[in-house]
Amino acid sequence: MNELLNEITLFSVVSLGAIGGVAAIVLFLVAQKFKVIEDPRIDQVEELLPGANCGGCGLAGCRALAEAIVKAEKLEGFNCPPGGSDVMQDIAKAMGWEAGESTPMIAVLRCSGSRELAPPKVRYNSLMTCAFAHTLYAGEGGCPHGCLGCGDCVTACTFDAMYMDQQTGLPVILDDKCVACEACVKECPRNIIEMRKKGKKDRRIFVSCINKEKGGVARKNCKVACIGCGKCVKECKFDAITLQDNLAYIDYDKCTLCRKCPPVCPTNAIHELNFPVRKKKAEEAPATT
Amino acid sequence: MQQLKTFVMGGVHPPENKLAEKGAIQRLDPPKMAAIPLSQHLGVPAVPVVKRGDQVLCGQLIAKGEAFISANIHASVSGKVTKIDTVTDTSGYRRKSIIIQVEGDEWLEGIDRDQGLVRECSLDAREITKKIQEMGVVGMGGATFPSHVKMMVPKGKAAEYLIINGVECEPCLTADHRVMLEKGEELMVGIGLQMKALGVEKAIIGVENNKPDALAHLAKLAADYPGISVQALQVKYPQGAEKQLIKALVNREVPSGKLPIEVGCVVHNVGTAVAVYEAVQKNKPLIERVVTVSGSSVKNPANFMVRIGTPVSQLIEAAGGLPEDTAKVVNGGPMMGKALNDLEVPVSKGTSGILVFTGAESIRPPEQNCIRCARCLTICPMGLEPYLLAALADKKRLEECEDERIMDCMECGSCLYICPSGKPLLDHIRVGKNRVGKMIRERG
Amino acid sequence: MKVLTVSGSPHYHTEESVSKIMYGVVFSLVPAMLVSFYFFGLAAILVTLTAVVSCMAFEYLIQKYLIKGPMTIFDGSAIITGVLLAFNVPANLPLGLVVIGSAVAIGMGKMTFGGLGKNPFNPALVGRVFLMISFPVQMTTYPEPAAFSTRITDVVTGPTPLTIIKDGVSRGQEISSLLPQIPEYAQLMMGNLGGSVGEVSAIALLLGGIYMLIRKIITWHIPVAFLGSAALFSAIFWLVNPEMYPDPVFHLITGGMMLGALYMATDYATSPMSPRGMILFGVGCGLLTIVIRLFGAYPEGVAFSILIMNAFVPLINRGMKPKRFGEEVKNG
Repeated sequence: MNELLNEITLFSVVSLGAIGGVAAIVLFLVAQKFKVIEDPRIDQVEELLPGANCGGCGLAGCRALAEAIVKAEKLEGFNCPPGGSDVMQDIAKAMGWEAGESTPMIAVLRCSGSRELAPPKVRYNSLMTCAFAHTLYAGEGGCPHGCLGCGDCVTACTFDAMYMDQQTGLPVILDDKCVACEACVKECPRNIIEMRKKGKKDRRIFVSCINKEKGGVARKNCKVACIGCGKCVKECKFDAITLQDNLAYIDYDKCTLCRKCPPVCPTNAIHELNFPVRKKKAEEAPATT
Repeated sequence: MQQLKTFVMGGVHPPENKLAEKGAIQRLDPPKMAAIPLSQHLGVPAVPVVKRGDQVLCGQLIAKGEAFISANIHASVSGKVTKIDTVTDTSGYRRKSIIIQVEGDEWLEGIDRDQGLVRECSLDAREITKKIQEMGVVGMGGATFPSHVKMMVPKGKAAEYLIINGVECEPCLTADHRVMLEKGEELMVGIGLQMKALGVEKAIIGVENNKPDALAHLAKLAADYPGISVQALQVKYPQGAEKQLIKALVNREVPSGKLPIEVGCVVHNVGTAVAVYEAVQKNKPLIERVVTVSGSSVKNPANFMVRIGTPVSQLIEAAGGLPEDTAKVVNGGPMMGKALNDLEVPVSKGTSGILVFTGAESIRPPEQNCIRCARCLTICPMGLEPYLLAALADKKRLEECEDERIMDCMECGSCLYICPSGKPLLDHIRVGKNRVGKMIRERG
Repeated sequence: MKVLTVSGSPHYHTEESVSKIMYGVVFSLVPAMLVSFYFFGLAAILVTLTAVVSCMAFEYLIQKYLIKGPMTIFDGSAIITGVLLAFNVPANLPLGLVVIGSAVAIGMGKMTFGGLGKNPFNPALVGRVFLMISFPVQMTTYPEPAAFSTRITDVVTGPTPLTIIKDGVSRGQEISSLLPQIPEYAQLMMGNLGGSVGEVSAIALLLGGIYMLIRKIITWHIPVAFLGSAALFSAIFWLVNPEMYPDPVFHLITGGMMLGALYMATDYATSPMSPRGMILFGVGCGLLTIVIRLFGAYPEGVAFSILIMNAFVPLINRGMKPKRFGEEVKNG
C-alpha cells in the first residue's frame, strides 16, 4: 500500500515537474522571440505626467506623449496642458534637459447668449448633441454662431471642470478645475471656446461673442452680441483690440487688463473676470459669469 | 393589369396622408418682395450678375453658375434689386440672396408664355444640354442636382435607360402627382428631349400604384411617344430614391458610392422633365414650381404654382392661413424634409412641399432603451445596420463606421420612423457621416 | 409669433412603441395561459400570478434602490418575463421557489446588465435554469393534467412524455413498447400531457405565434429555423433507428419546443439582428435541443440550447451581416 502511494507520488511529481519544465522553456523561448526592448525612460516620463489621458497634448494619451518626448529627445513642441510648466520642468530635470517656460492657459466661453439675453424663437426636439444641432439649425436663439446649449463640451471635459447652467442654457467653466486640455475647444462645432492666457490673479478681459454678422442682424438675435461698432478699438491705448468682420477681438498678449474697454461697449459684450467691483458706475459693468 | 414592381430590400409604409391629391394646381400671384437665394442647388453658389438698384425683368439671368457643378439663377419677378444680402434659409442659417422689390409682372422677351404644346425640336443633343444649363434647370425632387451635369455622360459610360421618377413616395406631397395629371403632354415632350440629349432609346416612368389616375393618363399618352413606357409600382417608401427606383424598374443595383450611370441609368424627376420642356421649347427658365401645402389642420390643402423667392408664409396664407395649433412647419416631405425656423424663408427650386404639423404630431416620442428588435435593420433600404452605426458614431469609432458603410446611408429616415424605442438613430448617423466624410477628405 | 419646433427628419413616427409590442406579446400568450389554467387549474393561476407580481416587484425595487434609473415596470417586459418564467416551471412548484426564480430572472438575468434590451441571456430562462439546477426534485415533479383542478397540493404527479421515453430508452426498452404510456398526438397537441405550466399546448402556442407574426412582432426566421432543424435532425435519427429515437412530430409537440421556438428564442435582446443570423441562431438551437434530448443527461434541452446560443449572439451579429445594397451587382 505504502509502496503504491509512493509510486503515485513519485509519478505525479515527475510528470508534473516535466510538464512545468517544458512549459517554462516554451514560455522563455516565446518571451525571447517576442521581446520588445523599450526605452526605460518612457516609463520614467510617463510616471511624471498627470495620467489623465486627456489628449490635450494632441497625442493619444500620456503614454503616447512620453514615447514621443523620449523619441524626440527634447521638450520643444510638446505641451502637457493639464500638467503645465511644472510637469515639463520635472521631466526636464529627470531627463537632464532644458525646459522652456509655458504660460498657464484656461478655457473661456465666448458666448453670452443665455435664454434671457437671446430668447429662444424655436424649440429643439432632436438628439441632444451640439454636433447634430449644428448641422440642423442655427440655434434656438437664432444666432448661427452662438452656443447651442447641448453640452458637448461638458461631455468632453474629463476634469469635471464644466457644467451646464440650466438657467442660462450655457456651459460654465470652473477656473480652479480647468487644466486647459483643449478637449472642449476641439469638441465645440462652432469654435466658441477659446484658450486664453490665465492672466494675473486669474483676471481676464475678452469679447464674449464670436458673431461675425452685421451689427443689426447680430443684435436682433442677441442683446449682448458684439456689433462691431469699434468703440473698444478706439478706447484701447495698447492696440490690443482688432476689429474684423464686424467682430472685435482682444489679443491677450497685448492686453494690459486696464479695464478701459468693458464700460464703453454698448452691448456689454466685453467681459472682465475676477476683478474687484468697480466703485463708480457699477451698475453698468457687465455681470461676470 | 400590369404587374406591380418594387425594390426588394427594406422599406416602410408611413401613412400616406395625400390630402391635396385632388387639388388642381393654382397659380399664385408674385410676392411683393422676392428673396432669391444664390445657392438653390447642390454645388457651388451662383455668382450675381446684377447689382443693387438694377431693374430686372422676369426670366432675366441674375446669377451665373460658373463652376462645373452649379446652376444659373433667373429673376422670378420683375422689379428693382433692392439689395444683395443674407437671408435666413431653410436651416436657419443666413445665405446670400438677391432681393427684388416687385414692380408689375413684365417678362423678358423671347419667353413663349403661350400654353400651346410644342412637340417639334430641331436642336441636337449638345444644344439641348446647353439650353438646360442656360435655363438653370435643377433636379426638382428635392436634391436639386444641376440637371445639365446629369445629361453629360462621362467618357467610357453609356446611358441605356432614362428613368423618370414619378413615384412621389413621400407622404403628404402631391406636387408631382398633379404635374403628371395636368402637364402630361409637356412631360412626354420633356422626356423625349432628355432622351435625345442622352442618346437613349428607352425611358421608363415609374409611378406608385396609389396614383391610378396619373398612371392611366400617362399610359394613354405614352402610346403616342415611342420609347416611353409607364410602370406601376407598389407603394413603399423610399421608392423615389434613385438607387431604389433603378432596382425596382430595371432590377439593377448601383454599387456602393457610385452613380446610376454605372449601371446605364439616368434618373430625373417628372418636375425636372417638365422644366426641361419649358426651357428648351418655350425658352422659359426655371423660375416657378409646384409646391404642395398640406397638413392635418390646414384649411385648404392645395398645390400652388409659385414663383421662386416667394416667402413660405404667403403660401400658407393662400391655403387658408396658419392654423392655431401649429407647432412645426416642414419644408419638403415628412420623411426627409427640414423643419423651418422661420416662416419668411423663400421658396427655392427644391421646395416640393410645405407641411404644417400640429402640436401632438410635431414631438418625437420619448427615447427608451434599444430593445434590439432589429426593425431598423430589416427596413433599411440600403441593407445597413442603423442601430450599430448609431452606436459606433456616438462612440466616435469612425473607422468602424466606415467599414460598416455608413456613407451608403442616404438619410431616408426609415430607421428613425420605425424605431419603437424612439432612438434618434438617424441623428447619430448624420453626425457620424459628417465625421467620417471629414476623415476621408483629410486622408486625401 | 408661434414657437416652432425644430427637429431632424423624419417628422413621421410609427405608432408602434416598446410597450405596445410587449403587451402584444402578453396578449399572444393568453391562449396558452387559458389552456394551462384548464389543465392545471388554480395552481397554474397562482404560479403565473406570483411570477408576474414578483418580477415586477423586483424590477421596481432594483430600479428604485440600486440603479436609481427611470421606472420602466409598466413597459410590459417584466410581465413577459414573469409569464414566461411561470410557463417554464411545473404548476405545483412551491410559490417560494417561484419568487426566488423571479428574483434571479430579473436581478441576475436582466437588471445586472442595465435592464431592458441589454441582457445577453433570456431572463426567464436564466430563472428557470437556476431553479432547475438548484431544486431539481421540485422542478421535475410535474402534475398530471386534470381539467379544472382546484387542488394546489397533493396533486397526482407523473412523468412527462420526454421523461418516459428518456428513462425507457436508457433502460433498454423499445419506443413502440413505451408509446402506450403516452397520450395520443392529438391529445398532446391540445396540451393534455404532463409538463411545465405553459409549454403543454402546442396549438395554443402556435396560435399566439401566428398572432405575433401577423402583428409583425416577430419574423418567421427563428421559429422556422428552430423547429425545422429540430425536425430534420430528429428525423435523421428516427429513420436510422425508430425504436431508439422518437419521431420528429413527437419532438415538436412535447416539452418546451413550441414555447422555446416561438417565445424564448425570439426574445429581441437575446437573438441576432440580421435575418441570416436569426436563421443560424435558430438552426443552432434546434440542433442543440435534439442533441441534449437524445444524448444528454436531461430529458429536455430547449432551455439549455437557447441559453447556449444566446452566448453566441454577439459573435453571430459580428459575422452575419445583412446583405448590403449594391454588394453583388446583378444585372438583368
